[in-house]
Amino acid sequence: MSLKLERPLSLSLRVMLFVMLAIGLSLLLTSRLVLSTVERHFIEQDADELRVMVDAIEHALAHENSDLIELPASLSSAISGHHGVFYEVKDEAGAVLFSSAGLDFSSAVSSISPVVYVDASTTELWTIDNRTYRGVGVLRSIDERVYQITSAIDMEFHKNFLNSFQRSLWLILLGAGVITLLAAWVGVYQGLRPLRGMSHSVRTIQTNKLDTRLDPVAVPIELQDLVLSFNQMIEQLEAGFSKLSHFSDDIAHELRTPLTNMITQTQVGLSKARSDADYRELLYSVLEEQERLNKMVNDMLWLAKSENGLLKLSSTPIDLQDEFQALFEFFDAFADERGVSLAVNSNRVLVQGDRDLLRRAFTNLLSNAIYHSPKQGVVNVSLSQDGAYASIAVENNGPEIAAIHLSSIFDRFYRIDPSRARNSEGAGLGLAIVKSVIEAHEGSVAVESNATRTKFIARLPLIS
Amino acid sequence: MRLLVVEDEAKTGDYLRQGLSEAGFHVSLARNGLDGHHLAMTESFDLIILDVMLPDVDGWRILQSLREAKVSTPVLFLTARDSVDDRVKGLELGADDYLIKPFAFVEVLARVRSLLRRTQAPNTQEELQVADLEINLLKRRVSRAGKRINLSHKEFCLLELLMRRQGEVLPRSIIASQVWDMNFDSDTNVIDVAIRRLRSKIDDEFEPKLIHTVRGMGYKLELEQDHES
Repeated sequence: MSLKLERPLSLSLRVMLFVMLAIGLSLLLTSRLVLSTVERHFIEQDADELRVMVDAIEHALAHENSDLIELPASLSSAISGHHGVFYEVKDEAGAVLFSSAGLDFSSAVSSISPVVYVDASTTELWTIDNRTYRGVGVLRSIDERVYQITSAIDMEFHKNFLNSFQRSLWLILLGAGVITLLAAWVGVYQGLRPLRGMSHSVRTIQTNKLDTRLDPVAVPIELQDLVLSFNQMIEQLEAGFSKLSHFSDDIAHELRTPLTNMITQTQVGLSKARSDADYRELLYSVLEEQERLNKMVNDMLWLAKSENGLLKLSSTPIDLQDEFQALFEFFDAFADERGVSLAVNSNRVLVQGDRDLLRRAFTNLLSNAIYHSPKQGVVNVSLSQDGAYASIAVENNGPEIAAIHLSSIFDRFYRIDPSRARNSEGAGLGLAIVKSVIEAHEGSVAVESNATRTKFIARLPLIS
Repeated sequence: MRLLVVEDEAKTGDYLRQGLSEAGFHVSLARNGLDGHHLAMTESFDLIILDVMLPDVDGWRILQSLREAKVSTPVLFLTARDSVDDRVKGLELGADDYLIKPFAFVEVLARVRSLLRRTQAPNTQEELQVADLEINLLKRRVSRAGKRINLSHKEFCLLELLMRRQGEVLPRSIIASQVWDMNFDSDTNVIDVAIRRLRSKIDDEFEPKLIHTVRGMGYKLELEQDHES
């Protein structure tokens, strides 16, 4: 159960482990190759020597021609010049005709084969009295007499040489390995330097310096992606942060205006005795400001809640066509008075959602469209299915909304014309609420505008 | 009609008492949960307005203990927290309606009257009449001074609401909710326009005027006896 999350291996350690493995393997292979080549060379050399010896003995035997008295001397001279070599010549019956001093072959050599040509593959290894010899036994018939010739070379010298060679080879390779590892470590450390540099630059970024960007050209190509992603993140943070701080400014402004109005009105009202009607007027006026404040606070709380995902949606199937019929009834008189007509062209489109919230969103879209529609204008609602989504387009032929406003139009308190800040439109939260409601239903909102028409589009998932 | 208001916030309590008294109710005010609970258990009221956030015993406990003691007086609870959980909890515990702070007094009044009316026998009247304005609910006909007036479906609903609750000030939110089933504050003056239209049909050509704007609060339909202006 105790599944502990451990820090992954450090980058240096990873690189070092891989380098160590690779270097170790290649050095091991190299040493094997060198050692086996040297050993092979010695074997060939020994085989050559043995061949020369056997040839010399053969030659001596042929030359002396069964002169057994002369033979030892001529054999000794045949082999002279070779060190650590031993030989023995027997006749067909096994009687020793000649033997160089000091070695008894009988214990090691079991069979003598008629080897024709002496080379590395026909030699054998014999161990006699704890010493190792390389030797060969051959049968030769010379002048119709058969001789068994056995010769051997002491290998201790070669073995000693090989051992010490192996030792020095290992030492050299070990040294090379250590040096390579050190170089790799230095390389890794150096290689990570741009990262430390980045870390340093990042550390200097503060909330009031969110316009800092890292230079993607100043880092190695491998880090460019990281720098670009980081810059993108900072950009988004900066946008969010400035939005938030604008939002606070906006709140302060929106709250300050009605509060100032109320305080001024009340103080002026109280500054001298007035008629009942004047007092009543004052109270009405204050009440209007209070209601504006009340609505704004409620809307802001609602938005904050929805943004923090605290909104709980009830869920019922909703026929959008019926819904817009009901909304048209609601707006009937309002639109009529402004000389705007309402039209819907739709198919039956069903979505699942919170009826009150969706009504609120659609109401905001419709009242917006009616409000900004010219006299004799038409607000057209089209409902359609678009893949797995219901598309709700509310369109009017109102004035064009400039492209720079389109991206911010769903932001809280965003107003296209700041001078129109306080009118019957409310606090400028309507479209922000639309966006929140639609997004809480896993939908999306969009807006398009050109010289002749402006179209708000909400997309909601169709009932599944 | 006797009302009990349990509210610890001094100003809210005072003004609720004053407003409701002036609207013709007999109001007892308890400023903490224990007093409220005691009053509710020992005296008889037609309706209880209960604040949920009280310093000593919270409104839920009072409500629960009343219902356990089989006191079935309608309860309207006031909450500062606009969360679905709160509402559901209140209604599950046996409350009859709720209001979220900050609320408008005219809204309180309208809800109180609705709740009190609910406990009375259902209205089975076929015809309603105020002065010379008559409506027939079955035939959905409207006439004033004997003259037939044509209303759209929603205009009829609006007039029916105003006539059923004649003399009461109806806030826009209640009108929107009852006539159009729009249960939220709209930014627009849709209700004002709708009332203006209705007025043009039933009031413009007639005297006395029956539909009145109560500034800052809402609308009411009434034959005003003493005209003050």
